[in-house]
Amino acid sequence: MKVLLAALTGSGLILSSVIARAEEAAYADPVESWEQLWSTVLFDLWIMGIIFGALAVHWLIKYKAKSPDDVGDSPSLSRAQMWSWALIPAFIFMADDFYLAAKGWTVWNTYRNVPEGAMEVKVTGNMWYWEFEYEDGTTSSYDVDGKEGDGLVVPVGTPVVLRMTSNDVIHSFGLTKYRVKEDLMPGRITYIWFNPKEEAESWVTCVEFCGVLHSRMYAPVKAIPQPKFDEWLQKRAEEENA
Amino acid sequence: MSAQSEKFKLSEWIFTTDHKRIGVLYLIGSIAAFGIAGIMALLIRIEQSSLGPTLADSAMDAGNQYNVWLYFHGAAMILGFLIPGLTGFAANYFLPLMIGAKDVAFPRINAFSVWLFYTGIIVALLTFIVPDAPDIMWTGYPPYSLVTSGNTAFYVFTVHLLGFSSILGAVNFLVTVIYMRAPGMGWNQLNMFVWSTVTAFVIQLVFVPVLAAAVTMLLFDKYMGTHFFDPSAGGDVLLYQNLFWFYSHPAVYVILLPALGILYEIVATFSKNRIFNYKAGVYGGMWGTVLISGEVWVHHLYVSGMPNWIRIGQMVSTLLISIPVGLMAISLFGTLYRGSITFSIPMKYAVACLFLFLVGGLTGIPLAITALDLHLSETSFVHAHFHYIMGIFATFSVFAGVYYWFPKMTGKMTDEKLGTIGFWLNFVGVNITFIPLFIIGIDGMPRRYWDYEMYPQFENWHFVAMLGAIMIGTGMALTIFNWIKSAINGEASSANPWRSASLEWTHTVNPPGPGNFLEDVKVSEEWTPYDYAKR
Ligand code: HEM
Ligand SMILES: [Cu+2]
Ligand SMILES: [Cu+2]
Repeated sequence: MKVLLAALTGSGLILSSVIARAEEAAYADPVESWEQLWSTVLFDLWIMGIIFGALAVHWLIKYKAKSPDDVGDSPSLSRAQMWSWALIPAFIFMADDFYLAAKGWTVWNTYRNVPEGAMEVKVTGNMWYWEFEYEDGTTSSYDVDGKEGDGLVVPVGTPVVLRMTSNDVIHSFGLTKYRVKEDLMPGRITYIWFNPKEEAESWVTCVEFCGVLHSRMYAPVKAIPQPKFDEWLQKRAEEENA
Repeated sequence: MSAQSEKFKLSEWIFTTDHKRIGVLYLIGSIAAFGIAGIMALLIRIEQSSLGPTLADSAMDAGNQYNVWLYFHGAAMILGFLIPGLTGFAANYFLPLMIGAKDVAFPRINAFSVWLFYTGIIVALLTFIVPDAPDIMWTGYPPYSLVTSGNTAFYVFTVHLLGFSSILGAVNFLVTVIYMRAPGMGWNQLNMFVWSTVTAFVIQLVFVPVLAAAVTMLLFDKYMGTHFFDPSAGGDVLLYQNLFWFYSHPAVYVILLPALGILYEIVATFSKNRIFNYKAGVYGGMWGTVLISGEVWVHHLYVSGMPNWIRIGQMVSTLLISIPVGLMAISLFGTLYRGSITFSIPMKYAVACLFLFLVGGLTGIPLAITALDLHLSETSFVHAHFHYIMGIFATFSVFAGVYYWFPKMTGKMTDEKLGTIGFWLNFVGVNITFIPLFIIGIDGMPRRYWDYEMYPQFENWHFVAMLGAIMIGTGMALTIFNWIKSAINGEASSANPWRSASLEWTHTVNPPGPGNFLEDVKVSEEWTPYDYAKR
């Protein structure tokens, strides 16, 4: 069974890798590459949508019954026409699929390959709050009710990799601003990375259903300049040791 | 006109083994499920329409009741309305008529399966009675479904009953189509709806047992102390998601295929045309879908921490679904070409479905691309996508089917004016409800949220979506009212009001009596259900 699966998915993989090779990963920043891919795909969708939609509207108007007793007269297809109307569209769809898959794979690699020198933060999900632990053991979190705490604070200019797990049920780390998310599960460790390029404040929201306060499981994500970050981390460490 | 007994006797309906009555029972049960699940949808929309608790005093209350509503909405719409509406009602009533059979192969099993279905609906409805209502969404992921104080058992039993009912249906209909076609009827002369049902039931038969196994393991874990999904005792939380989607992705085709099948019938009848490239639609499209359906479930686990290689492999196989689906789209849209098109209510719904199908199908493509999905997954973009392609599209096709076959089932016509008003309310309403969800989804609005404190900017769009839902609610109420009113005292219909060439219209009276046909059906080698040009 596993072999079969691997063969099936693998054959697709090889085909798309051939195409992907042709256009080496030009992207570095996940957000930028996401946006680029998104506009490529959107363009693709509009073209297909307009072709099908316009044809349908055109035919619905043009072939409106002249009298209620009329019947349609679409010709029956010859063998050759039949095959062409199956194989040619199938080939076009397939070509488009592989094209998109190749582009998608390139962006995927950007997402999955953590850059050297990334800062690591340990994230733990709990019903219903996030805990962040920095490399030196300092922790941070956010209390939604009291709106207290700093949440996830990161320095601008350093890629951040999150190693994530959960203490109870499944949660998911949804980082809209950085176009990435991944689940946190008990018994497994998952990772994502993101690239805080400029000063910004955004939210992480839990995006895997986890019970009654699922929609209140959020925390701020603050990207601040490196010196300020160092100050902040030191202050947090002192608070904790006190 | 009808040969069936004139006076209504309840016992005749309870003990019936007639596929047509069983079909009607499925229709009534599934529309009831639709109604209740629809009310839940309205409540959900109202709760979300303003920031903070809207229909409750505290966050805890709002969250608790929202989760129960949403659980019931999703589970009842899929398991209680769409699957039984399409494969229970439509297949039961019309498949035997289309192939010239007097009934299904195993009429008593058929009767058993409809009552299993009703039992399943009743168990689902206990949600509103038991003190600890299930709150685990229609997906029931552990560990949450194991640790919640909600009654996960009701979810498990609902799935068991409805799943078993549908497996019985699958065996029954496959045997019926294989052995009970009218003499002379070859495989390439079957109605598209018959093919779509056959392919859907093949999927049901192969995959439902996997779902049944998955939920049974939940039951064992929660109530009997096993540890299939408990990592602290050597289990694995992801096992459930894999099993669940191994069934539930194919399940979307169990809905999509018969819905398309109904549309093929309606589009062909109202264009008075042959199906464009029938064989490509059947063998490439429907069977192609069956072939790929079991190879793509990981696209529901793109953000679940699955290994990279399988996330990429299934991105490719998921994208490849566009081939069979594209072939079906070409043969469906192509059936309009050089037709002679009229626009009664069934055709209005069918044309709306072409639009919903395009929007829903195309928005699936970004979701198929793993990297794009890392942002889109679990947002209201996904929610809007599956409502277009599965929720609304399939619902409209059930509605189109009821309008189309209404004269057949009752001998009466529906009210055209009321039907048209209902149609426009429904069609405009769904777009007003779900287009905003695409927009805020791209901006990061998470799914399954009763509140969104952190994103107050989405409040206006949620309000708009609620207005759309109210429009839909009004449209649906008018539609169902129209059916009831017309069934009781609608105008009598002519024998074949849409001038269809398919057997269920040409060879039976309205409604057909026991045994369906006045004389045995035989078809010639050139006959097809779409024989318009020649007449
Ligand atoms: C008729 C109008 C409908 C409205 C206004 C509506 C509205 C909604 C809303 C607001 C949600 C909650 C989304 C969230 O909070 O994440 C939802 C979820 C859902 N709906 Fe509908 N819906 C409608 C029809 C349908 C139909 C016909 C189906 C049939 C398949 C359906 C299937 C689902 C499913 C499967 C979910 C997901 C449930 C879950 O996440 O657990 N809906 N709907
Ligand atoms: Cu959550
Ligand atoms: Cu799927």
